Amino acid sequence: MSLPMSNVARFSESVEEGRRVLRFHGDLVLPRLGVLPTRLERLKGKGFVLDVAEVGRMDTIGAWLVHRTAKERGGEIVGAKNGVAVLLRQVAKADQPVKVRPDPPPALTRVLDEIGSATILASQTMLGLLAFFGAMLISLGQVFRQPRRFRINAIVQRFEVVGVHAFGIIGLMSFLVGIVIAQQGATQLRQFGAEVYTINLIGRSSVKELGVLMTAIMVAGRSGSSFAAQLGSMKLAEEVAAMRTIGVSPMEALVLPRVFATVSMMPLLAFYAAIVSIIGGGMFCWIGLGIPPITFVQRTRDIIPMTDLWQLLVKAPMFGFIIAITGCFQGMQVEADAEEVGLRTTTAVVQGIFLVIVLDAFFAVFFTSVGWL
Amino acid sequence: MSEEGEPEIVIAVHGLSNSFGEQIIHEGLDLEVKRGEILGVVGGSGTGKSVLMRSIIGLQIPDEGEVEVFGVPVLHAREAELQAVRKRWGILFQGAALFSTLTVAENVQVPLREFYPRLSERLLDEIAAYKIVMVGLDPDAGPKYPAELSGGMRKRAGIARALALDPELLFLDEPTAGLDPIGAAAFDELVVELRDQLGLTVFLITHDLDTLWTICDRVAVLSDRKVVAVGTIPELLALDHEWIQEYFRGPRGRAAEEAVEAEEAREAAAAEGEAER
Repeated sequence: MSLPMSNVARFSESVEEGRRVLRFHGDLVLPRLGVLPTRLERLKGKGFVLDVAEVGRMDTIGAWLVHRTAKERGGEIVGAKNGVAVLLRQVAKADQPVKVRPDPPPALTRVLDEIGSATILASQTMLGLLAFFGAMLISLGQVFRQPRRFRINAIVQRFEVVGVHAFGIIGLMSFLVGIVIAQQGATQLRQFGAEVYTINLIGRSSVKELGVLMTAIMVAGRSGSSFAAQLGSMKLAEEVAAMRTIGVSPMEALVLPRVFATVSMMPLLAFYAAIVSIIGGGMFCWIGLGIPPITFVQRTRDIIPMTDLWQLLVKAPMFGFIIAITGCFQGMQVEADAEEVGLRTTTAVVQGIFLVIVLDAFFAVFFTSVGWL
Repeated sequence: MSEEGEPEIVIAVHGLSNSFGEQIIHEGLDLEVKRGEILGVVGGSGTGKSVLMRSIIGLQIPDEGEVEVFGVPVLHAREAELQAVRKRWGILFQGAALFSTLTVAENVQVPLREFYPRLSERLLDEIAAYKIVMVGLDPDAGPKYPAELSGGMRKRAGIARALALDPELLFLDEPTAGLDPIGAAAFDELVVELRDQLGLTVFLITHDLDTLWTICDRVAVLSDRKVVAVGTIPELLALDHEWIQEYFRGPRGRAAEEAVEAEEAREAAAAEGEAER
């Protein structure tokens, strides 16, 4: 857009009858203001006459500048035509003390305040999670007493989403993890001429730890987050409230199927992950180390004790339970707006993975002390 | 708005067609909006009122058709031309669409900062302040975040942002939906005031019959995938179109009409009284 020079907002200063006169010209509209605001702010002195008779077009921002100059410099506005006068009146009416920025609290109190709120929030979350766990147990008890209320369709649907759809990504991930363990292990063990022990490393770490842990992390990322996001947006859309008023317990209809599905799918996924991881490691041993598959399989059968599998089968459902319940809990906490759904989803994943790893550490100590080495 | 000759056309839509998959929303839709008028757009649910608005402002690429805003063909314009057009319009979305991480004042300042980066902080704050008062928000609403506002206040904050640049063209998508009648009436008044002062052209999507009767200069009726009629409400009522008759002649339509008639009668009586004196 080209602006004809004559339209650019500007003003000229002169002295008439002993008073300083500012005569405005051009269009006092935002696109044509140019340096006018700066020039007006730099004016010195008081008691001007502001002549707007020769102003072309004017918008509220132009009117505001004239009004502000008149107010601050004790000026008088003259020559306002109809439209201009209305605008000036309008901005004068709108000139009220308005707070534009929130007042920043003092630094020290702010730090204390943040520490305090974080502590309260953390303990509230733990209590809330516990309460949620309790509420879930109660509704589980009710479902057991009235098995008709068991929502088989909802659960089967979740099986598909949590389990079947995760097969591809978990398989690929485990396969690669198996290769990485084999490759890293082989490099280290080669130094002692114990390359063949790579098979032990792959077999035992896959079944005991990595299969279930990596699966848990993947499920937390895939399903824990989606539970939080789904339930969160359902709460925002008042679907959960609507359910309650119709007499459907959200615990029963939304939370239980998700928890049940995750708890039952996790062992399957973890076992599958362990097997695929062993296959990946085996491939590497065959191609990279020249260990034939038959040797690999035989040795794997020899060195993995049954207790490793029991460990996997005990841990997997527990991890699934934790992931599902944190996801559902965070989702049900959403109150305010869409932004909160995002925050809660993040929290669900972070908390889920964190709790899974803490629990895994406890399990490691526990299984060692009961002799499941 | 007493300009010589034909009033300038601000928005021109020709042969617009929109579809989502199998579902055809618009087919050969034509519409013109003149400078300085408040055009109401009505239509049953799902007739594509919002889609029409989104096509005009460039958020929806139509299957076919031409859209001109201020004479610029927005579908084929270069980015620089589009930016120039965007400087001249303001848009209030249905849910106000305030930026949730910014305060109300900062929301109002966003378009100013974007298009006029050389404005001083002080002037920006002052502009935000008087805009907030102008749209009827509480003076202490400035530092609040959108989540802390009620629905009506959010709409007002949204209109303050839409008005930040003193636009020539204002799009309002159901501005009075969800407002109480008092708030809705105040909103209507605000729109008329702004139009009268700034010479705004307003493209107003609404279901509010009171709004249609009291502030719209013309009303465009969307039905059967196109604009079936445009005109003042009395003109529309003279048409023999089933939906229009039902819309304006239904119990709600009549109530709004009677309210307007009563208001006019009161004004006429007052004017007569003055004349006698």
